[in-house]
Amino acid sequence: MTGSLTLVGLMAVLFGAGISIMLERSLTRVLIGFLLVGNSVNILIYLMSGSPGLAPILNEGVDAAEISDPLPQAFILTAIVINLGITAFMLALIYRSWWLAQLGVKGDEVDDVTDDIEDAEEAADLIRSSAADDAAIQEIIDASDEGPEDLDEELELEAAARDHVEGGGDR
Amino acid sequence: MTAVLVPLVVLLPLLGAAAALILGRRRRAQMAVSASVLSAVAVIAIVLLAAVDGGEPMAVTVGGWEAPFGILLVVDRLSAIMLIISAIVLLGVLIYAVGQGVADRHRETPVSIFYPSYLILSAGVFNAFIAGDLFNLYVGFEILLSASYVLLTLGGTGERIRAGVTYIIVSLVSSLFFLSAIALIYGATGTANIAHLSVRIAELPSNVQLILHLLLLIAFGIKAAVFPLSFWLPDSYPTAPAPVTAVFAGLLTKVGVYAIIRTETVIFAEHDLTVLLMIIGGLTLLIGILGALTQADIKRLLSFTLVSHIGYMIFGIAVGTELGYAATIYYVVHHITVQTTLFLTTGLIERFGGATSINRLAGLLKASPLLAILFFIPALNLGGIPPFSGFLGKVGLFLAGADDAGADAAGPAWLIWTVIAAGTITSLITLYALTRFWNMVFWRRREELEGYESVLLESVQEAPEGATVTATRTTPVLMVAATTALVVLTILLTVFAGPLFDLTSRAAANLVDPDVYVSLVFPRGIR
Repeated sequence: MTGSLTLVGLMAVLFGAGISIMLERSLTRVLIGFLLVGNSVNILIYLMSGSPGLAPILNEGVDAAEISDPLPQAFILTAIVINLGITAFMLALIYRSWWLAQLGVKGDEVDDVTDDIEDAEEAADLIRSSAADDAAIQEIIDASDEGPEDLDEELELEAAARDHVEGGGDR
Repeated sequence: MTAVLVPLVVLLPLLGAAAALILGRRRRAQMAVSASVLSAVAVIAIVLLAAVDGGEPMAVTVGGWEAPFGILLVVDRLSAIMLIISAIVLLGVLIYAVGQGVADRHRETPVSIFYPSYLILSAGVFNAFIAGDLFNLYVGFEILLSASYVLLTLGGTGERIRAGVTYIIVSLVSSLFFLSAIALIYGATGTANIAHLSVRIAELPSNVQLILHLLLLIAFGIKAAVFPLSFWLPDSYPTAPAPVTAVFAGLLTKVGVYAIIRTETVIFAEHDLTVLLMIIGGLTLLIGILGALTQADIKRLLSFTLVSHIGYMIFGIAVGTELGYAATIYYVVHHITVQTTLFLTTGLIERFGGATSINRLAGLLKASPLLAILFFIPALNLGGIPPFSGFLGKVGLFLAGADDAGADAAGPAWLIWTVIAAGTITSLITLYALTRFWNMVFWRRREELEGYESVLLESVQEAPEGATVTATRTTPVLMVAATTALVVLTILLTVFAGPLFDLTSRAAANLVDPDVYVSLVFPRGIR
């Protein structure tokens, strides 16, 4: 049985890298490690099929001894499909775990809550700005009631009041 | 002719899962499909057992490729027994889950994926039991594991995600071990067919055999939760919904045990690691049960007894005589039923009392006498009180061990006697832990609960993240009915212990001689 030394080296490197990454705490790294080790196991299966040969299709004139072993290839295909499914599930799990870690259990209702908060903030802004307008006008009225102490000041106040009213009108 | 039924055992649940997924929102239809599929499989399994026990060969090559190349499904007596008991238990738990779902208006299973996942889990379990080659066994494992990942993290609460992560990573590692073992075995022998391997492995040098053997045992040992590979189980199982925990506890570890039985009897028939298995069995028994002793939470307590009692089966496999295997198979059947029943009853206690901790429950006997009986019978059974099946199974195992120690075939006699002693102690401690729970929860008066102090409860520890459950004070009829049915089944295992033990003896007779399995797959001999 002859195998490719390059593949053996690649398998060893993938195994080593995969296992060392899998030992990390972060789930994403565990997933990456799992993918690396999974692929190196697939290479291991391929290596076990022996020396490479023709495509495993038995036609007339093809010597059965010359074709490569099809069974390990079937194994690898199956293993790849299984790994794909598990990777998809792991990604969902990682996302969910991140979600819970960031937002806690109440994260589930977060969509509605943000909308509500935005609405509430908008309303509060409106109220605040109109209250500020009211206060400013009230101040001007109060000031004018007290009587003109200084012409310049009175003029300034009038100008300010006009600005305010115009600003309100623009709205 | 009944051989045509064999692929249906896997096919029906898979098709059922597809149908249930399509039915999505229509829960009634989903439930009907799931229940009828599992009933059909149970009936098929009974027909198969009758045919196999009558001596009909049952090896089907799916896809038409001849063994050893094609996908092979083999049913012998052991497979048929496992199929029947798992189909019945799965059906019982399904009915329980339906009851719970109806009562809770599906709060536990908010998504429509519970029934499809459950059926896929069943398909994986059934596939593992009838797989005729190692790679198909791997596929069976992956099917059931993928479904179990979904079921364990159902609903996606923080607690379940945390428990699920441990379980998933451990399972992934064990799958990688298994796949590497398959690759190396294929490289060494050029086949993955179990019957073919039985012949080819024996031709290998013994050190190569040792490595392959250990690799397979590690992979299966993680799944069967054998010490020291059992650390993950008590942390991950108890957080799932009650029916899921029950079916995991009952069946998933036993799939690992089944794979170990096949490894020891057929694949490595000539090469034995008896002493190692014996030691591991003894340690699993003792360390598991010592863990159970300190738990206040009944779910964790039961998880530890589950780990512990796997030791009995490993002991039976290590003994390796015909009587040893017969007792092991009987014990597996008993343990699947009893452990599942106990977890289901725990689910009822949790609903009724609003807690699973020994420190927070009391006075349930007066509140619900039926619940007390439903817990008491399987608890005594698990503890090994005569005349229940737990007692019979343990006696069978110890007799087999004592016979073997006399003949001095499998390992030194003192080791066998030590493990038998460990088994007896384990049985007593199990009884102690479970009756303590029963006494405190059912017998203690409700008024005593506040400030209750007892030497019995001094050392128990609460579950790390005990979820608070609101007591509903109701026990839905369907849930109680399913649990009662399973309790009755455990009693039937006792009443019909004689015929059942004869059956497992015949199954064991097939196992001790690997040629029976080989000639089943290769009737005309291996080319």
